[in-house]
Amino acid sequence: MWNYSDKVFDHFMNPRNVGEVENADGIGEVGSMACGDALRLSFRLDEEGRIADARFQTFGCGSAIASSSVLTEMIKGKTLEDAARITNEEIAAELDGLPREKMHCSVMGREALEAAMIDYYKRLGRNVPCNLLQTSTELCHCYQVSKDTVRDAIMTHKLKNIEDVTNFTKAGGGCTDCHHDISDLLRDCWDKMDQEAATAAAAGAPLQQLADVMGPAPVKHAEIDAEIVTKIRELLENDISVALRNDGGDIEFVRYQEHRVYVRLTGACAACRASEATIKGYVQAQLREFVSDQIEVIEVN
Amino acid sequence: MSTTPGNRMNLMDGLPPRPAEGIYLDSNATTAVAPEVVEAMLPLLTRHFGNPSSMHSFGAEAGKAVDEARGRILALVGGAMANELVLTGGGSESDNLAIVGTLYAYPEKRHLITTAVEHPAVLGLCRDLEKRHGYEVTYLKVDDQGRLDETELRDALRDDTAVVSIMHANNETGVLFDVEALGQIVKESGAVFHVDAVQAAGKLPLDMKSSCIDLLSLSGHKLHGPKGVGALYVRKGTKIRPLIVGGHQERGRRAGTENVASVAGFGVACDLAAAGIEHENTVVRDLRDRLETGLVAAIPDSRRNGDAAHRLPNTSNISFDFIEGEGILLLLDRVGVAASSGSACTSGSLEPSHVLRAMGVPFTQAHGSIRFSLSRYTTQSEVDYVTQVLPPIIERLRQITPFNAERATF
Repeated sequence: MWNYSDKVFDHFMNPRNVGEVENADGIGEVGSMACGDALRLSFRLDEEGRIADARFQTFGCGSAIASSSVLTEMIKGKTLEDAARITNEEIAAELDGLPREKMHCSVMGREALEAAMIDYYKRLGRNVPCNLLQTSTELCHCYQVSKDTVRDAIMTHKLKNIEDVTNFTKAGGGCTDCHHDISDLLRDCWDKMDQEAATAAAAGAPLQQLADVMGPAPVKHAEIDAEIVTKIRELLENDISVALRNDGGDIEFVRYQEHRVYVRLTGACAACRASEATIKGYVQAQLREFVSDQIEVIEVN
Repeated sequence: MSTTPGNRMNLMDGLPPRPAEGIYLDSNATTAVAPEVVEAMLPLLTRHFGNPSSMHSFGAEAGKAVDEARGRILALVGGAMANELVLTGGGSESDNLAIVGTLYAYPEKRHLITTAVEHPAVLGLCRDLEKRHGYEVTYLKVDDQGRLDETELRDALRDDTAVVSIMHANNETGVLFDVEALGQIVKESGAVFHVDAVQAAGKLPLDMKSSCIDLLSLSGHKLHGPKGVGALYVRKGTKIRPLIVGGHQERGRRAGTENVASVAGFGVACDLAAAGIEHENTVVRDLRDRLETGLVAAIPDSRRNGDAAHRLPNTSNISFDFIEGEGILLLLDRVGVAASSGSACTSGSLEPSHVLRAMGVPFTQAHGSIRFSLSRYTTQSEVDYVTQVLPPIIERLRQITPFNAERATF
């Protein structure tokens, strides 16, 4: 039995906006019966260009129906520009999270929205804004997932293996022919991320040099700091990061200075409206309990 | 259907609340432990906790319980000798011991045969043997009713075929294979014949004395016994090598202190199952037919999956077109009914049931398949309740889906 949130159950048992908008301005269809889930999304704009009505029809599991339902609620009243900015992480967050294996349901919502907007621009004979156009090549033919989609998912969610990629994007869930390509992409992305991390670490070095210029700090202090930083990093990497990854997010250590721990939230956590609660209520509480009760955690972007 | 001003549908509108006692129609997944079984197990967890190998009366009590249980399990399958039974940790272990134990015994043979619709305990193992150990596996196909072609088996057999592993009854559809006829073909070739009888035991009479089956897998929790216990019947003279090595238990074929209480419970469950086979094939079968006929008649675009004539008496697999199984199960659960689905979403994989796909059931039907599996505890009022609540559930989910008889794809 999946561990669905109350909100997922609410939107599944009481789906909002089922059906098709009459005189729709845009209709998007993604997925297929073979894929196991499919979504048809339609919307109509008011005179000011805001989404006046949005409706959906979904073939799929409980979380697919809930994701579609909550998406129609999220886009109502928004301009197309604002609606286009809604990410799949936001759809999942609006449902208080989805099981990792079900993240692709939120991705399907995001894709249907894109398809409906492309349909709208095409009907008007206007150019489709380039951020809506997927130009990259298809990686997984069974589920029609592009290389870009997989790359984005790996980088955003710090996905480590093929199973995770399949959970988030469905790519690789069918004939498994593309597993080799996914492995290559995973290696490329991680090489890039490791390189970036190394560069970032090197960029952090001037702080150290500044300290040298300003004269040696009392040795005792530096030793204590190094010890605290090690403890902080251990807790972040071994416990906190693992817990956040369960929710599709992650955390990075940025730096430490005078009891202040600077961190960066990534993945679903970065887009999550509850990130402040995550920082203070969870991350800071953990660091205070296990490292030092004077610690203050500050989020940087 | 009630809708509020916020365009809000209520899928539960007018449906009954979850009853205090749930209606359990998922007995092919696991069964309720029989009260008689629990009663037999308790003293072995409290007073008679000894190790059967020990030289004192604590051990003797435990040993006696294991021996008695062995006799009861053997009686259910019509086995001749107590030492033909290897107690295991369940059906999956029995399957693994049968197949890998045979391959160990015949290291020069590099080929095995199974079917495309086996339980994952066998299929997953065969895939692993292919991938990691370089074995060759032939997967026999089934037709649209889930039946095997004997000629295909005959053609697949080779001099280096070590073992043929075929299930007696399919866990998803209940379709039966004629294992005695298939076994005759296997025996002509000299390969070892393994039958996974986890679903069939207790529902169909078995008689190993007159059978050509060499190895037979059994599980406790599918016949109202406890989980974590099973057995492999090993016909006298069949060579197998152990997977779990260490102590001398089970005549060196499966090391480890016996799971005494569970084995005793398994034994009592086998006694009850043997006595209940007629009930399964009369009362339970009638209830299953009543459920199936009622649902297919009441719900348009629904159909039974699998060969109706050769089927377990307790199992019904029905496809409801154009919708996905997980939603059906979630709503059924809300009204107190437990069943299972061959849909992809319920398993966490993306592919629907390998059994239905092997039968050529189209995606439009495979994703919306529901398996009802009854037991001796199922009542007519429970069955009638399901035939009442399911039609509105299917109808409501069909209002949400973009697909229908006119449009089955975008």
